[in-house]
Amino acid sequence: MWRVGLVFGAVAWFVSLAGLVEALHGRWVVDGVLSAGQVLLLAVLLASGWTAARRSSASLVGRLWAGLLAGATVGFCVGLLAWLRSLVDLRTMFVNASPALFQLLSGGRPARVAWAAAVAVGAGVGLAGAAGACAPARAVRPLLVGAAAALSLALFQELVLLVLQPEPLAPVRDWLFVAGGGPTAQGIAAVFAFSAALAALRQASRGRAGRVALPPRAQRVLWSVVGVLLLAALPIAGGPFVAQVLVIVGLYTLMGLGLNLEVGLAGLLDLGFVAFFAIGAYTVGLLTSVGEHGIAHWSFWAAVPVAVLVSLIAGVILGIPVLGIRGDYLAIATLGFGEIVRLLVLSDALRPWFGGSQGVLAIPKPVLAGFEFSGPQHLYYLTVVASAVVAYVAWRLQDSRLGRAWMAIREDEDVAEALGINLVSVKLLAYGLGAAFAGVGGAIFAVMVGSVFPHSFQLLISIQVLALIIVGGMGSIPGVIVGSAVLIGLPELLREFGEFRFLVYGAVLVAMMLLRPEGLLPAAAQRRELRAVEEEPVELARTPVGAATEGGA
Amino acid sequence: MAAGALRRPVARRLNFVDAFLWGFRLAVIVVVVWGTVGTLRLGRYTGEQWVDFVVFGLAQGGIYALIALGYTMVYGILRMINFAHGEVFMSGAYTAYFVAAPLAASGFLDRHPILSLLLLVAVAAAVSMGVAVLVERVAYRPLRRAPRLVPLITAIGASFFLQYAFRGLYGSGFKAYPEFQLFKGEWQILGIGVLRTQAVVLASAAVLMFALYQFVMRTKVGKAMRAVAEDKDAAALMGIDVDRIIVLTFAIGGAAAGAAGILYALVFKQVHFFMGFVPGIKAFTSAVLGGIGNIPGAMLGGLFLGVVESVGPALFLDGLGIVAPYQLKDVIAFTMLVMVLIFRPQGILGERLAAKRA
Repeated sequence: MWRVGLVFGAVAWFVSLAGLVEALHGRWVVDGVLSAGQVLLLAVLLASGWTAARRSSASLVGRLWAGLLAGATVGFCVGLLAWLRSLVDLRTMFVNASPALFQLLSGGRPARVAWAAAVAVGAGVGLAGAAGACAPARAVRPLLVGAAAALSLALFQELVLLVLQPEPLAPVRDWLFVAGGGPTAQGIAAVFAFSAALAALRQASRGRAGRVALPPRAQRVLWSVVGVLLLAALPIAGGPFVAQVLVIVGLYTLMGLGLNLEVGLAGLLDLGFVAFFAIGAYTVGLLTSVGEHGIAHWSFWAAVPVAVLVSLIAGVILGIPVLGIRGDYLAIATLGFGEIVRLLVLSDALRPWFGGSQGVLAIPKPVLAGFEFSGPQHLYYLTVVASAVVAYVAWRLQDSRLGRAWMAIREDEDVAEALGINLVSVKLLAYGLGAAFAGVGGAIFAVMVGSVFPHSFQLLISIQVLALIIVGGMGSIPGVIVGSAVLIGLPELLREFGEFRFLVYGAVLVAMMLLRPEGLLPAAAQRRELRAVEEEPVELARTPVGAATEGGA
Repeated sequence: MAAGALRRPVARRLNFVDAFLWGFRLAVIVVVVWGTVGTLRLGRYTGEQWVDFVVFGLAQGGIYALIALGYTMVYGILRMINFAHGEVFMSGAYTAYFVAAPLAASGFLDRHPILSLLLLVAVAAAVSMGVAVLVERVAYRPLRRAPRLVPLITAIGASFFLQYAFRGLYGSGFKAYPEFQLFKGEWQILGIGVLRTQAVVLASAAVLMFALYQFVMRTKVGKAMRAVAEDKDAAALMGIDVDRIIVLTFAIGGAAAGAAGILYALVFKQVHFFMGFVPGIKAFTSAVLGGIGNIPGAMLGGLFLGVVESVGPALFLDGLGIVAPYQLKDVIAFTMLVMVLIFRPQGILGERLAAKRA
């Protein structure tokens, strides 16, 4: 079990030295008592105990002991790091090995005392983790929900404070938060207790007959009305910052819906997708700009259809050469195209047309009947309408003949062709329509920023869009929205997190594929199929793989 | 199921696709020929400059070739692109910086340059090896039987995770690699003045590639690796521990990439957390150029790509009157990548292999 401890010890080292702990240390979970950085370390300890207990096949006591041992090992590793630091200056190598970090790790005590304390705390928390693993899920789940709610209150405190801004709410605010600081102990405890109780109640009522429920149709109408009202009210309640974040989420949703046609439905992994976003943005920029690169001084509304058309054509043109390429090669080829587009636009050779690295400037905001969409709060509505239209189109496409043809080629190109599907036109439509969706996003992006330059269109964007589709669930439209809210919206709100978002994206991509390949909100077919794929080889694979893990961990 | 085998029936049915592809080919050929003629008529570059371009290209190509070995070996065995291989390359060079800097500060680097170089290569190779094995263990091994898209996505995830992990650990700035006094200036080789760093890089790359090739072709483990590449199940029946061979492949590919990282640092004199991305893509291009899964092919592909990329901007683009052609160096490399994937996915040397794997 000390092996599990060592693995998690390495994780603890990594999160400490990579700066995650210290970055999160700036945020109180309980003002003056517990910071988010400490919570992260505690979470690592808990996870070590939990994993050790899950892996052990011993009796209850044995499993608890395993968790304790694993936790103690992690604690030992953390102590070792603090002790090492007293010998050599780690900072020459690890930029984030700052004094503040070690202050946090050792609590300001001398190294040896701190080491002993770390082992003791580790053992305790590891034991708690093991207890969590041994206890029935019914007992643990409410606690997890409560902890998640309490943590959310701490992490999104700015947002909560913003909502609690009005004066009548001042008592609630003062009860929940220390003035100018983090949440109070009673506030966190209350949120924890309330959500845990709610979760427990829900769990208890589940499966019991006699719940009062509206007929499904009425329920749907009710939810849609609530959803629309919420969408309309969000930027007004949240102010320009929240509106800005929501606009960005909307833009990624647009791109996600487009890439979802390609990857999720047609199974064509496109890593150059950002090129179409860029093409949409540049088309609008060039057509509407009042600066030196503007060619037409059109209005935004006239430029958008052109931008969509240009993106669509670009999608088809870049799609033709890669028609015969599959899988991994397709991903790399499209990545190559995406980079070629970016490098060409960036180059001095095309500077007279695209403005090189400075890009196209002075793009006016859209004006509709004398009303200017100037701030993020106005652009938000534009984005929401565009996303809604595109989502509707995507939804109608999904169950159309074309959508089913896409899914057929995703499953097996050869069989699809044998069934009479014209691979060329079906694939080109996937590329073209996907690109057109991204073009809409690009058009809004151009007016949001007011200028377009190649630096905004890096491969990272394609990867982010891919990540959000995967997290949301490939081939699922609600999944795209959830994915972009989780992957794009949350990191924007969590500002100290900014530096680490790509680290987390990478980890999330790997973890999703390992643990939940169908995503958070999977499309029904995808779920069935990925489950089937997983379960099929289990008989053959489970035993040797499991044996290897035992030996190798 | 190779891509090439499928393209034919698709193309036969709809000729406009064929026509488009021919147009694409012709356009590239016209640009290349037109540019070359134009450049040669202008006569802006002397013979010596061309030689310099070629030597620089070879040195760079040697680095690509070393990285490409990792791609090609892993692809040969697992039929998957180890997207994170560029980051494996970066991790070794970046970590070895923290050995190189104190060595340079203490003067050891210039007193014992060869020893220091070997030490740095060893450190970088060890770190890259560790990272490669870790990636295999965490991101690939559990997914060996998953649909093909799944490991590709974890590979992309691992790539980004590694980039930003090293950014978090070592910081986001460029680190200036110390220079070896011994490798400054030029050597006269066969009457041609060659920058010493480039000569060293080329020689080291050649030695490493030769050693690797011998390892794969002559040793028992190398034979096991080739057997696993040929047929995993049959190899397992012959008593080969397939998992161990796969780990070994990742380890060797990683070590080669780490060594390449040091050579890269010698040439470009700086390291950065993002430095693995572009060389990684180019090394992948080299691997495909040479026929993926084919070790000598990867070496040739790397050298070829390095030379084309180094000579290309001057030769093809200058003659077209393009401003600042060197900015388009990567465009040439990426165009080659795309062209190879579209027109000859089996690579230059890959006929035999591709036919077998189709």
